[in-house]
Amino acid sequence: MTYPDSTSIVVDSVTKEFTLRYHRTLKQMSVALVKGRDLSDSFLALQDVSFTVDQGESIGLMGLNGSGKSTLLKLVQGVMRPDSGRVLTRGRIAGLIATGAGFHPQLTGRDNIYLNAAVLGMTEQETRRKFDEIVEFAEVGRFLETPVGNYSSGMFARLGFAVAIHVDSDIFLADEALAVGDRPFRKKCIERMQEVRESGRTLFYVSHSAGSVRKMCDRVIVLEKGKVGFDGEVNAGIRYLKYDEGPEDEPDSQDEVDDEIGNDI
Amino acid sequence: MTDLESQHRLVDAPLANPSPTAGLLEVFRRRYLLRLLVRREVNARYQASALGFLWSYINPLSQLFIFWFMMEKIMGRGTESFAIHIFCGLIVVQFFIETFNAGTRSIVRNKALVRKMAVPREMFPVASMMVSLYHIGPQLIVLVVICLFTGWTPDPVSLLGFVLALGIICLLGTGLALMFSVANVFMRDVGSVVSILSNFVRFGVPMIYPFSMVEERLGSFAHYYLLNPIADAVLLVQQAFWVGTTQDPDATQAKHIPDHLFAYGFLGLGIGFVVLILGQLVFRRFENRIPERL
Repeated sequence: MTYPDSTSIVVDSVTKEFTLRYHRTLKQMSVALVKGRDLSDSFLALQDVSFTVDQGESIGLMGLNGSGKSTLLKLVQGVMRPDSGRVLTRGRIAGLIATGAGFHPQLTGRDNIYLNAAVLGMTEQETRRKFDEIVEFAEVGRFLETPVGNYSSGMFARLGFAVAIHVDSDIFLADEALAVGDRPFRKKCIERMQEVRESGRTLFYVSHSAGSVRKMCDRVIVLEKGKVGFDGEVNAGIRYLKYDEGPEDEPDSQDEVDDEIGNDI
Repeated sequence: MTDLESQHRLVDAPLANPSPTAGLLEVFRRRYLLRLLVRREVNARYQASALGFLWSYINPLSQLFIFWFMMEKIMGRGTESFAIHIFCGLIVVQFFIETFNAGTRSIVRNKALVRKMAVPREMFPVASMMVSLYHIGPQLIVLVVICLFTGWTPDPVSLLGFVLALGIICLLGTGLALMFSVANVFMRDVGSVVSILSNFVRFGVPMIYPFSMVEERLGSFAHYYLLNPIADAVLLVQQAFWVGTTQDPDATQAKHIPDHLFAYGFLGLGIGFVVLILGQLVFRRFENRIPERL
């Protein structure tokens, strides 16, 4: 099957199964065998999931906990591979997932920026060019030459965030539960994500917050127990999930929307 | 605003699998990251120490001194320049053991990256090998300086043998590290097994005994002893350095170094290559399950 040039992400009948292991040592396993219990069990995190995303679309991926959102994100990111079906992407992928993963506590902020940028696929020249911008965004100031093990957790997170957001990517992934930083920093991050969106890059955003999805996305995919339950227009998707019932999900002022997004990213 | 929205950027990259699939080739395509990972390990080792990198010179020097004092002065073993004989072996054995041990644990140790980032996972065992290789530098300098003091003159052919020895260990060590690093993800016991295997390696090579002794005891079975690529690598290094430090190098060569050593060396290189390919295949086979099992 061929896809048009404007396709950014293809997820084609993807299934991912995880093995649950109950027993790890020989002793535990033999006891289980004697008692006739299962040695292992598996569950399907994703079942026959298919959709395509065009370039420039911003997708809100929603669903209850355990519905397979993170697994799907990891497949698109390339950390995991599907058991069957296939995932295809066009161009470089970056995003606010696992920011700061691989930071080495004994190395300085400077060294970690270079290392983290390389992990995210940036070249040496590219990192050097953006270095000052990254440092400025992270607001680590004179702690740049200090081992990151001594950073406050906010600083640590900001540094990871700053590197991730400066990678030139064609597909931008953002996962929830990365609530970091103080209010001004959150604001900056939101502006940055809006910029990403407006520059025509594909945005893939995992969230529980109806408000921020409404603000950032123009299409919603809802996962239900590893299957696509809904794929379409934003408000319909939120209604499908019944996330629009409580009054707290209808923030009236701009500030509250910002806060909500901030809590997510 | 409308200007920005109407701008529809088309990327000309092809649609591709987002997860790296080229295995070891992909590692060399991302040399820059590999270099940084190696540098991270090397720098982290000597962080917060006053002497810093000097330690990697002090360590081999002290070992050499102990061998010289204990083996040559106190125990008075028959082999000439026995300290250098051991040290030649030790360079090879440590390179191998460090690659094997650190490589086996590398995936589990870099959990944070492996679980969350789309980097080729072969990167970590390979980086472990490079870190070990890096630490040969100071050992080699110590060895060359001591050898020069004892009247050794470099000989290009036997120095090529040294390079061959390093090549053998590179391939063999990386191959085994690839294989055992995945196994270690599934069963952490593997790390302990590897430590025990390493003990066998120390005694399976002519390091604290000369090869002539093996020939004496095993007779024609010495041939099988030489099928061990690590033993060949040790002998190649001894040929390159130790032989030249003895009173009569020609006699030493004839007595303690087996005939056709280079042939065995290339055979060892071949074995290393096969192990590397096998390692890659095993790695590829089980790699998909790594992130969920960490």
